[in-house]
Amino acid sequence: MPYTPHTKDDVQAMLAQIDIEDEQELFDSIPQELRAKQFELKDGLSEFEVYENFKELANKNETSKVCFLGGGYYDHIIPSAVDALSNRSEFYTAYTPYQAEASQGTLQALYEYQTLICELSGMEVTNASMYDGGTAMAEAALMAIRITKRDKIIIDIGVNPIYIKIVKTYLAYHDIKTVVMSLEDKLDSLLDANTAGYIFQNPNFFGSIEDFTSIIEALHVNKSLAIMSAYPIALGVLKTPGEMGADIYCADGQSLGNYLGFGGPSFGILATKQKYVRNLPGRIVGMTNDRDGKRAFVLTLQAREQHIRRARATSNICSNQNLMTLRATIFMSLLGKEGFAKLALQNYNNANYLLSELKKIENIKIFNRSPIFNEFVIETPLSGDEFLDKMSQRGFFAGLKLESLFENFEKRILVSVTEKRTKAQMDSFVSSIKEVL
Amino acid sequence: MSATIFEKSHIGRGGIRLPKHQVQDAINLPKSLLREEKAKLPELSEFDVVRHFTNLSKKNYSIDSNFYPLGSCTMKYNPKVEERVANLDGFANLHPHHITNAKSNFIQGSLESLKILEDDLKEITGMDAFTLTPEAGAHGEMTGIMMIGAYHKKRGNKKRFVIVPDSSHGTNPASAAMVDFEVITVKSDKNGAMDVEAFKEAINDEVAAVMMTVPNTVGLFNPGIKEICDIAHSYDALMYYDGANLNAILGLIRPGDIGFDVVHLNLHKTFATPHGGGGPGSGPVGVKDKLIEFLPDLRVGYEKQKGYFIKEPSPYSIGKVSPFFGNYMISLRALVYMQTLGKEGMINVSRKAVLNANYILSKLKNYLDVPYDTFCMHECVLSAQSLYKQYHVSTLDIAKYLLDFGIHAPTIYFPLIVHEAIMIEPTETENIDTMDYFCQKVIDAVELAKNDPEAFKEFPKTLPISRADETKAARSLNIRWQED
Repeated sequence: MPYTPHTKDDVQAMLAQIDIEDEQELFDSIPQELRAKQFELKDGLSEFEVYENFKELANKNETSKVCFLGGGYYDHIIPSAVDALSNRSEFYTAYTPYQAEASQGTLQALYEYQTLICELSGMEVTNASMYDGGTAMAEAALMAIRITKRDKIIIDIGVNPIYIKIVKTYLAYHDIKTVVMSLEDKLDSLLDANTAGYIFQNPNFFGSIEDFTSIIEALHVNKSLAIMSAYPIALGVLKTPGEMGADIYCADGQSLGNYLGFGGPSFGILATKQKYVRNLPGRIVGMTNDRDGKRAFVLTLQAREQHIRRARATSNICSNQNLMTLRATIFMSLLGKEGFAKLALQNYNNANYLLSELKKIENIKIFNRSPIFNEFVIETPLSGDEFLDKMSQRGFFAGLKLESLFENFEKRILVSVTEKRTKAQMDSFVSSIKEVL
Repeated sequence: MSATIFEKSHIGRGGIRLPKHQVQDAINLPKSLLREEKAKLPELSEFDVVRHFTNLSKKNYSIDSNFYPLGSCTMKYNPKVEERVANLDGFANLHPHHITNAKSNFIQGSLESLKILEDDLKEITGMDAFTLTPEAGAHGEMTGIMMIGAYHKKRGNKKRFVIVPDSSHGTNPASAAMVDFEVITVKSDKNGAMDVEAFKEAINDEVAAVMMTVPNTVGLFNPGIKEICDIAHSYDALMYYDGANLNAILGLIRPGDIGFDVVHLNLHKTFATPHGGGGPGSGPVGVKDKLIEFLPDLRVGYEKQKGYFIKEPSPYSIGKVSPFFGNYMISLRALVYMQTLGKEGMINVSRKAVLNANYILSKLKNYLDVPYDTFCMHECVLSAQSLYKQYHVSTLDIAKYLLDFGIHAPTIYFPLIVHEAIMIEPTETENIDTMDYFCQKVIDAVELAKNDPEAFKEFPKTLPISRADETKAARSLNIRWQED
C-alpha cells in the first residue's frame, strides 16, 4: 500500500506489543450498526497514472492566451528564486511555528514579511496574514465594529465586488447595517453617529486613482475608521494607506509572487495602527530573546486567539496562508527598494500606453475620469460576450466582463496590463480590437 | 547568525532584472497621488536572497526531516506527486475570472477536478453535497455554522446556542461566536466522551447545533454518539461533525450514516497536503440534503451537453465565504493523493494510523499516566501529571527535551480536560523504527526526570535558540524591524 511502511513482520511485532491477534480488535469499540454503509471509491493508481490523468485535466484548461484580465488577480512575473526557495520542504512541510525553537526559519521569515508589508503600506503593524483579500476585508470590518462599538459599515462601490459579497456574508449574522455606496451617493449623507467604518479601495476596482486623505480626515472627525484596500503592486508608487491616514489596510497578496492558481491559495493582508494591535485577528510574530540573550522569534499576543480565548477570541482563524507570505517575502526581497518601485512604474506606464492607444479608436469609450494605475474600463459597441469571444479567437484574454458584477454595465470591459505585456502584444491587442469592432 | 534581511541590505544592490521598458513614460501623476519616498525594501543580490532563505529553512523542523507526533494535527508524509501536478501550467496559471466572465470552456479541467473531489468526499463521509470554498478547517466550521443559522432562520426557529464538549478544539466555540451564537460547554465523562446525562440537561429548544469531533479529542470513539444525534434532532438541533480526526475512520464510519448533518474536513490533515508552516489548508464542508440550498457560492454542475459549469446560486445560499474555490490548488493536491490511494489504500490509512497509535500507547503506558486505559483510535493521550507532582518536570519540559533529539513536540496541554496532557498522533506513514526511537526518548526523559529534574531547564540545547522569552515578546512588542 502506498505511503504506509508496514511490513508483515512489523505488523506482527506491533500486534505482539499491543497484545492482540488482529488489528481489527482495535476497532471493537465501534458498534457494527454505526459502521459505514458503503465506501465505493475507485481503485488506487500508480503515481505515473495519476500524473497522466491530471495532465489531461490541466490540458482542458486554457492558459495560453495573452492576458489582459485582472480585476484583483494579476499575471505578474515570478522570479525563479521564489519557486526554488518556497519549494524547499523545510518550509512547505513544516507545521505552525508553535514550537519556536524548532521553527526559527518560519518565524523569522514571517517577521520579515510583517516588516515588508508595513514598509510597503506605511502602516504601523500587521499580522501574519489572513486567507485572502476578501476575508481580510471582512475581518477589517469586524475590527472596526469592535473598536468603535458602532454597528454600521459603509462600503464604496469602487471596492472589489467579490470582496463586498464576502463582507456581507461575514456581517449578516451580527446586528450590523451594511450600506454599499452607489456611484451617485455622497459619503456625507451616509456617514452618521453609528458608522463604525468606511471601506474604500485605491486604485478602485475600475483602476482609478484618488487621494482619500481629506475623506479620511472627515471620517476621523466623525470618530469612524477608514478601511482601505489597495493593490500591493500599486503601492510601489502610489500614496500609501499610512500616508493618507487609514486606520486599517487590507488587500490580497496574490500579486506578490503567487500564481493565479484559479484564485487560490493567495493570502490576505491586514495591517493597522499600533493602538489597534490587540484588536487584530490572526497570528503575529514578535522578536524577543532566548534564555542566553540570543535573538529569537516567537508567536506573540496569543491571548487574542481561539486556542486560548475560545468563544471570546478576536476571530476563529487558526492558520495563516504562511507559504504564500513566504513567497511574497522572497518576491519583495528580490525586487528590493528600486526594483519594486520600477515594477510598479512599468505597470503604470504600460497600462497608460495601452489606454492612450485605445483612446484613438473612435467607437471605444473610456469610463475612467481620474488617472489610472494599471487597469481601466472600456465600453465597446459589442456585447461583453461578443467582444471577449472575438478577442479570444485572436489569442487574447481581453478583460473582465463588468456586467457580471455590476448593474447597468453592459458592454463594459475592465482591461488590465502588467509588466509582462510587451509593446508588441499591446499593439497587436489594439489592432485586433480594431478588427473586431 | 539570525540577522534579518534588512540588516543584510546594501544600497545599490539589486535582485532581479525586470523586462525591458518598451513604452514611453506616462505623464507624471500629481504629487498628491504619489508616495513620498520609495518603500524601504531591502537591497540584495539574488544570491544574497537565496542564501538568506536557504539558511532560514535550515532552522525549521519539517515533516520531511523530522517526526511530528502532533495529536489532532495529522502530520503525515505529503507525497511529492502532489507538487508535480500543482506545477502544471494549466492549473498554476489559470485565471479565476474566467468564472466571472462565464467562460466555462476555459476552465473545464479544473471544474472537472472539483466535481470529482466533491463526489469522492461525499462517498467518504456519507454526505449529500459539498462546498469546496472554505480555506481552512476553522473557515469551514464558520461556513457550516452559518448554514445552520440560515436553516433555522428559514424554518422560523428561534435558536441562540451551540453546544460543544469541554474537550473541543478552540475553533469550535470561536466559530460559533463568529456567527453570533452563544456557546454552551458540556463536560466530559470519565471516559473523555461527552457526558450524555449532562448533554440531556444542556439541550433545549434554543440549541441550533451540537459540534462533535469523532473520534473525540482524547482519541476515543464516543459510544453515545447515536443517542446524542437522536436527542439533538428531537429538538431540531443539527449535528456538526468536526473532521479533525477523520484519519481514524476512513472506510469505517461515515458521519453522514450516523446522523451528522454538517461536516467539515481538513484536507491538509487527512488528505496529506503540505502544511506550509501554518497554511494554506483547505476546509470543505459537506451537508445533508436539507441544507443544500444554503451552501455558499460557488458550486460546480455537470450536464452532458454543457459539460462542467458554475451553478446559479440558490436564493437561500449564505453567499460567498471566499472569492472563488477557496484554496483550490490545495484541494487539487488532496485529490491527487486520494487517487493514488483509492479505496483499499484509504481503508489501510486508518487501520495503520490506529495500529501505530496503539503501538506507541502500549510502549509508553507504563511510564506516563494513562487517563483512559483502553485502546485508542488514531491518537493517544497520556499525561505527565505524576511526574510533575513528584519531580516538577512538566509536559512542556518533556516536549522541549524531545526537540533536542530531532523529534517535534507532541501536542501538549490539549485537550484541556486532561492535566499535563501529551497527545500523540504518529500517523500511518511512520515506520516502526521511528516510533521505537521516539518511545525510547520519552522513556529516557521520564528516567531523567526522576534522576535529574533540574536538567530539563536547559532543553533544548542543540537548536538555533534555547527557550525563548515569550513574556518579553508580549510586553515589549517588537513585530517589525525598525532601524535605530
